[in-house]
Amino acid sequence: MTPKSVVRRSLLAAALCSSLLLTLPAMAQQNVLKVVPHSNLAVLDPIWTTAYMSRNHGYMIYDTLFGTDENGKVKPQMVESWTESPDKRLWTFKLRKGLEFHDGKPVTGEDVIASLQRWGKRDAMGSALMQFVTKMDSPTPDTFRIFLGEANGFMIEALGKPSSNVPFIMPKRIAETDPFKQIEEHIGSGPYTFKRDEFKPGDKAVYLKNTKYVPRSEPPSGTTGGKNVYVDRVEWNLALRDAQAQLSALQKGEVDIIEALGFDFFEAAKTDPTIQLPKYSNYGLQYMARFNHLHKPFDNPKVRQAVIAAFSQEAFLRAQVGVKELYKPCGSIFICGSPYGSLAGSDLQMKSNMKKAQDLLKDSGYDGTPIVIMKPTDLASIQKLPDVAAQLMRQAGFKVDLQAMDWQTLVGRRAKKDAPDKGGWHMFLTAWQAFDVWSPIANPTTDTRGEKSTWFGWATDDKMVVLRDQFMRATDDVTKKKLADQMHARMFEIGTHAILGEYQQPMAARKNISGFFVTNGNIYWNLKKN
Amino acid sequence: MLKFLFRRLLSTIPVLLVVAVLVFLMLRLTPGDPAAVLAGDAANTEQIAQIRTNLGLDRSIPEQFAIWFGHMLTGDLGQSYYYKMPVTTLIGQRLEPTLSLALITIVIAVGVAVPLGVLAAWRFGGALDRTLMGFSVLGFSVPVFVLAYVLIWIFSLKLGWLPVQGYKRLSEGLGPWLYQLLLPAITLSVIYIALIARVTRASVLDTLGEDYIRTARAKGLPEVKVLMRHALANAAVPIVTVIGIGVALLIGGVVVTESVYAIPGLGRLTVDAVLARDFPTIQGVILLFSFFYVMINLLVDLSYVFFDPRIRY
Repeated sequence: MTPKSVVRRSLLAAALCSSLLLTLPAMAQQNVLKVVPHSNLAVLDPIWTTAYMSRNHGYMIYDTLFGTDENGKVKPQMVESWTESPDKRLWTFKLRKGLEFHDGKPVTGEDVIASLQRWGKRDAMGSALMQFVTKMDSPTPDTFRIFLGEANGFMIEALGKPSSNVPFIMPKRIAETDPFKQIEEHIGSGPYTFKRDEFKPGDKAVYLKNTKYVPRSEPPSGTTGGKNVYVDRVEWNLALRDAQAQLSALQKGEVDIIEALGFDFFEAAKTDPTIQLPKYSNYGLQYMARFNHLHKPFDNPKVRQAVIAAFSQEAFLRAQVGVKELYKPCGSIFICGSPYGSLAGSDLQMKSNMKKAQDLLKDSGYDGTPIVIMKPTDLASIQKLPDVAAQLMRQAGFKVDLQAMDWQTLVGRRAKKDAPDKGGWHMFLTAWQAFDVWSPIANPTTDTRGEKSTWFGWATDDKMVVLRDQFMRATDDVTKKKLADQMHARMFEIGTHAILGEYQQPMAARKNISGFFVTNGNIYWNLKKN
Repeated sequence: MLKFLFRRLLSTIPVLLVVAVLVFLMLRLTPGDPAAVLAGDAANTEQIAQIRTNLGLDRSIPEQFAIWFGHMLTGDLGQSYYYKMPVTTLIGQRLEPTLSLALITIVIAVGVAVPLGVLAAWRFGGALDRTLMGFSVLGFSVPVFVLAYVLIWIFSLKLGWLPVQGYKRLSEGLGPWLYQLLLPAITLSVIYIALIARVTRASVLDTLGEDYIRTARAKGLPEVKVLMRHALANAAVPIVTVIGIGVALLIGGVVVTESVYAIPGLGRLTVDAVLARDFPTIQGVILLFSFFYVMINLLVDLSYVFFDPRIRY
């Protein structure tokens, strides 16, 4: 190589390096909030699916008639005021002023009615409400009325339902889409607009501040109050799904918020001076084990009770969560501290012991049928639960067939009603966000209509059906609470499922992000990036 | 030569057909239900059944195959169940990151591994050879994700030189594109450096014992020329073959690297599609991978002509 060529090559290399360096500074924009959501966003229709990511997407771009505050109290959101007739069969709602869809059109009662009709065809609670509805109309653009054939006590609770499926309000022309087909347009009246052209599934989703949004004046709490937006743009990083890389990206400031920090990284994040772990939920999540009531031996309540008695919540929580400050054993199917939180009948589980479980199993006449437990191997948040369940059940005297599979195989298989030895199942374990199970109507395990039940496991109990029906019709809080307690006790009596304790999913954020409040979910308004 | 090329191109058709049929059948025989995935955790059995009907999954397998195959013949790979987008669009979005990562990785790997392999062969049995081969074993042995975490810790968190994650499209500029991909490419290249260096060493070592090398040295040629023009050129066929296999493996096998570094490429798309039982996407991606494999093999075969004039097609 000649000296000249060495010089030429060095200059070329230097030019390339300097062109790189010029572009090196992270293109940090102070008003862009970069969030790593807990999962990928695939379906953009929050009524069509119950996926939490679609629900969270819904909260970004749609508004709701009512919201649920941090203590589980339902409060008006798009609704300004409402009245109910003395017989509670006619409800009249007035929308607040200034509500406008992203396409510039005002939100009207007609839009609300179409949205509720579509939601009522997909959501369990919506469907329960629609059983009472005889007519809906909109006498004036800012008013809508709901006529009931019979009074019920959950109208406001249903309209303020905070989790999937949330009754989001869409323009009438969009809401008229067949509820079993996904919507094509994504226009709401919420605090953000969806940047459809920048959406790349598996890569990123972008939301822009809706500058025309008129927030309520009350402070934010849960999904209620003022939805003030202080950033211009929110970017969901859908590609960053490796837990270790998420934390590294947060430490380096490449992202601002990790929605679901892995439990293994909790201590590392806690001791990092650049990271905060904001409290965003009062209730957290609940683990549960669900029995298949259709097949032996779980068609026998004593066998189910034996499992419940054997299941020490502490064992599950310690194995799965591991961080003491993030979990608590709780005997309430309807979530400890929630409006319908109850401990009625929970002694079976909370004061259980292995001896009791063994005695119950002996009395049940259990014939040694191996219990097929489906174990998802790819879902870190619940992966360890089946191993604990299998161990405790073996100690109680069960034979256990722990079958490993990926979560999606489990999801497909749990819908099968076939016998466990013919491709069916006996038990699976899962987690629910608190507000999905705190209502005696919305909680899917309270539906005990056998094969007609809306959730897998297909429990059968006529007494529960009657109690649930009475709860839906009860209109005063005292009666509702009393019925909720009775339902709770009955669920333990018949062993609908086993609850395995509650936990908080930590969220991690950079210290320069402020404005966090108790949302009980993943919500991105009121946040400031300093 | 042209006849060979035409014959080989023609032979890709039955290969792809067999892949198409096998993939289609295997997906239908594996457990899991795309409708259940789409419906979400709280969906009931009726809702899942309705979605299954909408997706056409309640039809018989031959009927489903006929519909899919008919569309495929017209270049339509169908619509993703999961993302509700044409599979071709999805693949189009993901192709650039994967090809970019593969390109930079292979450039680094070849640029580093071939000289190292030649050096190791030249100093066979010496300290340099042993050190390089030791590193080569290490390169094979360290899992990609471990290496990725270590490199992120050093170059991103401690030194702050390179980003932890993300991808910038080439259209955003050569600098940002290269800057984002440098760390993932280095991570991924280590195993290929190890592989190519070992093959280069073994191959060059064989040729160094040949008569023409002795002749070249006897003529008084400088050692660099002997090594590069005579030894390496004659050892090129196995090296090119390994590089070719490496490129093919890279395109389909970058999933771990893409996951750790949050690169929205084909590997990540494939995993997401498999987890979601997104049949059309899995079928489309695997067909594409098969096509890549066939084409790369063809290119490798063609390249033999240039490296070894004795080979004629």
